[in-house]
Amino acid sequence: MASYSINVNGKSQQVDVLPDTPLLWVLRDSLGLVGTKFGCGIAQCGACTVHLNGTAVRSCSLPVSAIGDKKITTIEGLSEKGDHPVQQAWQEIDVPQCGYCQAGQIMSASALLAKNPKPTEEQIGAAMNGNICRCGTYHRIKEAVVLASTKMK
Amino acid sequence: MELTKTNRRDFLKLGLTAGGGLMLGVSWSNASGLSMEVLSEATLAANVDFNSYLSISPEDVITIFSPNPELGQNIKTSFPMIVAEELDADWKKVKVVQANLDSKKYERQLTGGSGAVPHSWERLRKAGATARHMLVEAAAKRWNVSSDKLTANTGFVIHPDGRKLTFGELATEAAQIPVPTEVKLKDKKDFKIIGQAIHNVDNYEMVTGKPLYGLDFYREGMLFAMIQRPAQFGMKLKSVDSTAVKAMSGIVDVVTFKNNVAVVGKSTWEVSKARKALKIEYEKEGDLESTTDHDRIFKELLDSKEATVRRQDGDVTTAFKSAAQVISREYQCPFLSHSPMEPMNFFAHVREDGVELVGPSQTPDMARNATATLLGIAPDKITLELTRLGGGFGRRLKADYVLEAAELSSLIKAPVKVTWTREDDMMGGSYRPAVRYRFEAALDAKGNMVGYKLRGVGINAGNPTREDNFPSGAVENLLIDSVEHKSPITTGAWRAPITNFLAFAEQAFLDEVALAAKKDPVQFRLELLEKAKQSPTGAIKYDIDRMVGVIKLAVEKSGWGQKKNLAQGFSVYFSHRSYVAQVAEIEMKNKMPVLKKMYAAADCGIVINQSGARQQVMGGMVDGLGHALYGQLTFKEGAAEQKNFNNYRLIRYKEVPEVEVHFMDNGIDPTGLGEPALPPTGGAVANAIFKATGKRLYNQPFMKQEEMKGVTLGEKM
Repeated sequence: MASYSINVNGKSQQVDVLPDTPLLWVLRDSLGLVGTKFGCGIAQCGACTVHLNGTAVRSCSLPVSAIGDKKITTIEGLSEKGDHPVQQAWQEIDVPQCGYCQAGQIMSASALLAKNPKPTEEQIGAAMNGNICRCGTYHRIKEAVVLASTKMK
Repeated sequence: MELTKTNRRDFLKLGLTAGGGLMLGVSWSNASGLSMEVLSEATLAANVDFNSYLSISPEDVITIFSPNPELGQNIKTSFPMIVAEELDADWKKVKVVQANLDSKKYERQLTGGSGAVPHSWERLRKAGATARHMLVEAAAKRWNVSSDKLTANTGFVIHPDGRKLTFGELATEAAQIPVPTEVKLKDKKDFKIIGQAIHNVDNYEMVTGKPLYGLDFYREGMLFAMIQRPAQFGMKLKSVDSTAVKAMSGIVDVVTFKNNVAVVGKSTWEVSKARKALKIEYEKEGDLESTTDHDRIFKELLDSKEATVRRQDGDVTTAFKSAAQVISREYQCPFLSHSPMEPMNFFAHVREDGVELVGPSQTPDMARNATATLLGIAPDKITLELTRLGGGFGRRLKADYVLEAAELSSLIKAPVKVTWTREDDMMGGSYRPAVRYRFEAALDAKGNMVGYKLRGVGINAGNPTREDNFPSGAVENLLIDSVEHKSPITTGAWRAPITNFLAFAEQAFLDEVALAAKKDPVQFRLELLEKAKQSPTGAIKYDIDRMVGVIKLAVEKSGWGQKKNLAQGFSVYFSHRSYVAQVAEIEMKNKMPVLKKMYAAADCGIVINQSGARQQVMGGMVDGLGHALYGQLTFKEGAAEQKNFNNYRLIRYKEVPEVEVHFMDNGIDPTGLGEPALPPTGGAVANAIFKATGKRLYNQPFMKQEEMKGVTLGEKM
């Protein structure tokens, strides 16, 4: 076991875990931040997507020892009141079915729009193709990303 | 993190802040039996487990409990919509709460067979209407007027002179009104909530990452566990050496039961790491089958003399002997994993005085009863709290993962959450069975189909046919039979069981028969349906008019046969109780087929929720398309060769075509929509690919077939 100080959603957090523990399990088991989901464990489905210094990363494949002082944002920290433009758009378009993948989808979409508020269709595709939705809500995901881009300040 | 309990407490708080008011509770399952329960605060406080009612607080909050497991079929929104409709509630004031398992209060508290709304439609309407009646009577009493002068509208009871009272203001008095022996249901044309696009009631919680799912459940002091199961079907546990594992960080215990070796510890990561260090020996107890064995077995079974006859009309032998033309084709589908995004998991706490179960299940009642049998205790000693399900697709109809958690908890005498990895899920069985079909059609000189044969053979597939589906009834001489191979590889219901593949094979075959008969594929189907209507052969168990209805709607909306630059493929299927026709459109670009768009025309009767239903159809088509194109689980010596999403391919964002959905508007009572949009998709796509390229696809997944070599169907199809 080793002790790590990581910055999650603007707060410094102390965790005592094995060095190879993926960030996903630190968030879920150590910090109780369960909005970040476990889907595959090998960075193939995107359910575990969080932001690391603003970039979308798969937390299931990121060992806690590699994080250092980089800033982590999870779905719980994306906005204070759940009103990030992407979260708003997701509700307005009524995207979720089972909903399990949607936190990861939203984190991928919000990372894209933060860097590129007016993405092309191809750029949206490139950003969202790593997130699997088993229910097949892709059409609405697309609509919601487009709507969110109109809401980005 | 105990969401459903928190909600329950919220509700109780609501009751307690109601200032001495009574609450009006309607037991859904009893609504048709007209038993009404009046709940005082004391009753509510005393009955923590009471969870089957519609309640109206004096503060005008309408609480509606939704009993069926929610896995993305949107039942948690559509059920309450039906109650709220007949109540004439203001939807904005409705608060929806997931009910836990309570088989005394609810019937059919399960998710499967696209049956929830059809089964509960009447009961839910009566639940709402009964409460509305009592609210109106209470207002009549207060205003001293005859109740037939009053109307209920959007949360108010309204006096002819314009005065109005909220339901909340009337709730306490309404609770004193005798329960009516009969209630009048609304005329369907007066529906205000049903038929609207109402957003998912859990949207906010889902987009903000609230703990809704079984995997999110946490109880102070609980242990984490992962279980090593045999990787090969046909093997059983022989011996375990867990010495090294027990000494690893965070490991509390290693427990062996049945063929399972459970590693129990203090965190998910620690147990998953330690599990890899187990030294386990297995021994053979059955055949270790490979996909190559199945291919051989299929060929043998297709010619087997010992088939189970499923339906026989007329005389096929004579019909085929005297045919002008015989068409015979074979189709094959592989095993599939359900792969819901949330892996299997369950929490169990087996105590001296009872058992607590928490997690995602499509069949909580069955899971509880199986647990009771396993542990040798009475079912009423077991509580089961339902979490939201991160998908199901039939996998969570089985209780294996619930039983494992319960058995483990009973052995370690501690609360424990068992988590499966994706590999565990993909290797752990209960797959969509692999099936092969042989279809044969006999045509007379005029191109009429006078004989039809179907043999279905499958690996643990039971009856892989739907012998009474179309075209049965439309052909004078027909034989449908099946042969099953029993295998150690476990199978189970997979969304739209059997029809998820059978529909493709049948609709692709009918396309070939239509071509041989020199008829337009749509016209060919319509002629068969007309024949089934005018001179039916044997029993007809589908509604011919409804099937014709969706065919015509799909033809109209897709502009069937009128698009010069596009190759269109048609498919129509009846599954469960609903009808869906689909058209796929392919455009040739640089000599490559690109799937551009799909149309769906669905008849599920009355559409409860325009938003949820539309997405259900789109999602079903994406599911059907993805698995037809890519889905494949193969076996080598009893072990699944695909273990995760790196080589078990699910459809992704860039691979879906545009989809346009249309519904029949026929006022028929709802007939279900969780599955029926999936079966027709593969056939429509295969038929469009043929139209575009001249290549017929006989096996799934399409993209692995020789005919599709070098074809991508287009990025952003």
